Amino acid sequence: MAGLRKRRARRQQALRWVVVTLFAVLFLLPLIAMFEFTTRDGWDTWRVFFNWKALGETYPILWTGMKASFWLVLLSVALTLVLLVPTVVWVRLRLPRLRRVVEFVSLLPLTVPAVVLVVGLAPVYAWVVYFVGGSSVTLFLAYTVLALPFAYRAIDAGLSAIDVRTLSEAARSLGSSWATVMWRVVLPNIRSAVLSAAFLTVALVLGEFTIASLLNRDNIQVAINQLGKSSATMSVAVSLAALVLAFALLFLLSFAGRRRNRERKTS
Amino acid sequence: MTAPTTGTLEAPTTTGVRGGRRHRSRIRDLLGVVPFFVYVAVFLFIPTIVVVVGAFAGDDGRPTLENISALADDYIVEAFVRSITLSAVTAILGAVIGALVAYAVVTAGPDSLVRRLVTSACGVLAQFGGVTLAFAFIATIGFSGFVTVFLKDSLGIDIFSGGMWLFDLPGLVLVYTYFQIPLMVIVFLPALDGVRPQWREATESLGGSTFYYWRRVAAPLLAPAFIGSTLLLFANAFSAYATAAALVSQGSPIVPLQIRSALTSEVLLGRENLGKAMALGMVLVVALVMWLYGLLQRRTSRWLD
Amino acid sequence: MTSSGVRLEALRRQFGNVHALDGLDLDMAPGELVALLGPSGCGKTTALRILAGLEDSDSGRIIVGGKDIANVPANKRGMGMVFQAYSLFPHLTAIENVEFGLRLRKQNAAARRKRAQDMLDLVGIGAHASRFPQQLSGGQQQRVALARALAFEPEVLLLDEPLSALDAKVRVQLREEIRRIQLEVGTTTLFVTHDQEEALAIADRVGVMRAGQLEQIGSPEDIYRTPATPFVAEFVGLSNRLAGRVTGDVVEVLDTKLPLVAGASVHDGPATALVRPESVDVTADADGTGRVVAVSFLGPLARVTVALPGDAVVVAQLASARLAEMPPGTAVRVVLRPVPVVVSAA
Repeated sequence: MAGLRKRRARRQQALRWVVVTLFAVLFLLPLIAMFEFTTRDGWDTWRVFFNWKALGETYPILWTGMKASFWLVLLSVALTLVLLVPTVVWVRLRLPRLRRVVEFVSLLPLTVPAVVLVVGLAPVYAWVVYFVGGSSVTLFLAYTVLALPFAYRAIDAGLSAIDVRTLSEAARSLGSSWATVMWRVVLPNIRSAVLSAAFLTVALVLGEFTIASLLNRDNIQVAINQLGKSSATMSVAVSLAALVLAFALLFLLSFAGRRRNRERKTS
Repeated sequence: MTAPTTGTLEAPTTTGVRGGRRHRSRIRDLLGVVPFFVYVAVFLFIPTIVVVVGAFAGDDGRPTLENISALADDYIVEAFVRSITLSAVTAILGAVIGALVAYAVVTAGPDSLVRRLVTSACGVLAQFGGVTLAFAFIATIGFSGFVTVFLKDSLGIDIFSGGMWLFDLPGLVLVYTYFQIPLMVIVFLPALDGVRPQWREATESLGGSTFYYWRRVAAPLLAPAFIGSTLLLFANAFSAYATAAALVSQGSPIVPLQIRSALTSEVLLGRENLGKAMALGMVLVVALVMWLYGLLQRRTSRWLD
Repeated sequence: MTSSGVRLEALRRQFGNVHALDGLDLDMAPGELVALLGPSGCGKTTALRILAGLEDSDSGRIIVGGKDIANVPANKRGMGMVFQAYSLFPHLTAIENVEFGLRLRKQNAAARRKRAQDMLDLVGIGAHASRFPQQLSGGQQQRVALARALAFEPEVLLLDEPLSALDAKVRVQLREEIRRIQLEVGTTTLFVTHDQEEALAIADRVGVMRAGQLEQIGSPEDIYRTPATPFVAEFVGLSNRLAGRVTGDVVEVLDTKLPLVAGASVHDGPATALVRPESVDVTADADGTGRVVAVSFLGPLARVTVALPGDAVVVAQLASARLAEMPPGTAVRVVLRPVPVVVSAA
């Protein structure tokens, strides 16, 4: 038989492999180069990297940066979710007319580059320092602004997939309070959306450099950048580790969403 | 004073009571969104207002147009031109190559391993990049980078014979393109997912060739999404700071780096608010681009949802 | 308009180790409307897509108008196709969608526009010519799709479950319309559906498919009245499954002897007879062994469910007017009309 379709499928497959292979090479080349760069003069860099105590002693800036970034991730995710999830759900349920406004405001940071935001944030942070001190961890207040658009889109998409209004009316008619509606009915149904909002925030905070650097605070990216001036190999090693870790997290997350759905269906 | 009060109490119309209750619950409803708006006011609106007001204020706080007119200075105009060129070039390169990658990925099916791997890699490069990417490129094609050394030792090619271009505008084009391609893959994939196989089959059954399908159906359908994504890439490159800051330590070829030097150097007397004027300029460019993006996005979602 | 006959010979197609088509033979006379009916996964859509050239067959012949077209690509086959849904190009208006195929055939603009408008008038939405698909209802979209498929005078019209995404009422209305238009233009038509009522209502002949093969093909009446196999009897229309005993060419069910459908080969012994509700009569009778357990009103007709001794349940269809005499709980007598029935091994 002719197999006209099969021939086309094969052509498409060939194109796919060529493009994906090229992409893989371009993606992997810098990673390999980074690895080669850090091991050119032996394995010392990695030996220090995996010995956290020595790492902290040799590169105190790295240690401060990592600690700051750790707390920044936690606090930014918490603030983003606490601020956004109840507001977005509440607006859908009780204030539908405000929906466009909340959407507009949440997406607004996309039009304000971080480097612009930092210019205007300086006086605001003067007050933050006055009230709670100048710790780098206070940056989470600014990072939540950066995370708003991405987190909003994720949560909004999750809410659009379910009929929040009917769900909550059903729960209310069965005697739930608004708090129960939120916690027991809405949240479990948008779990994967909340998860992806949280993850986007994590990635954003871990990668943020602009605001921290220009406000003279420390985080992991600022540390890498400073390290680059004194110890190029170590800064490249940390960069490599960060990229690989981020890739692994994203790859795992691409499975998490689906598995959850399947569980729900069978249970 | 008591008489009118009792009067209204004695004649409570039903609508009055219900209206009052509705009014009260309305206020309670509005309380629910107060934290969100308070936060946004402090950390988004106030900074924006500071920038806008500062752009029109002198060091003494009095209104002036000096900062705005200083935007016409040669070195600032040049920085804007360079920024826009860099963003446009990398947006177009990223869009074309990224669209091709996205198409290749889409033919593999929504749950395939290839798709997961590519989208994860793209997520990392597009959103996580910044400083780490700068170091990745220093390790790859820096002065003693992997590829540089390999080309010099095995092929005798010195990629830096024309100067150290990696730490200048050409280097930025290369590194920016490297994070624009993955961003294109991420933002363009949903549009490609929205293209239904029936459209191709319908074209075929009506007598159209593959080429005809691409020209008459796929291209017009995807055009708004493609142009919109390109605009988003432009805004992304235009706003980017970290990669450039880590890579370029001498001079300030692009606007974000000009803002850095305006913020960090205190020698520019009487020019404290110049950074705010430049920041305002950036906001205007990005806002315009994002507005166009929004228009195209609306059309895309009508066709490809 | 000249229309071509279609002949599928011994078509086979395997997906992995599933035989989507397992030696399908089908003949369609010029101008005929054949409905392929079957449960999902029976291969009916695969057959249509192979005929359209949208799918390869592993082996077998596809002959249209006397020519084997197995090696002709889809875009040279000249077959109009209507898909389940969403096949209109969203960036083109209704009339531009209809013009699409004409433009490909290099018709000049004026002739093209006139033909497209005529086609839209034919399918009854000439007034909406300049609307975009997303401004049309599902039923209207399918009308445009039909106009688009017919505009370039295809040799064969292929309809792949065109009504399954529509509301019940629109579905009935549109299927009558499709039949009217098909008779008017006289195009040989293959209509694939899983809805037996639809197939019976619209087709000249109905082919019931199962596991990649034709189980039976015949006029709607043949298929309904004399199903060749238990599968056809159960898939087409409602059937009561009643225990009985076969002797020769007769099956005894509920103390009534019923003739077997011609050509059936069953051994003597216990068997299950498939009896249509309209072949069952129920009368109120204080000495009857049955008891009415449920009645459902369907307009002019009604269905009565009767429980019989020994767990058997039988559904009867009667005129609604007779419902009054047998509310639930009434004792009734059940009588089977002596029409031929199909039996399957018990």
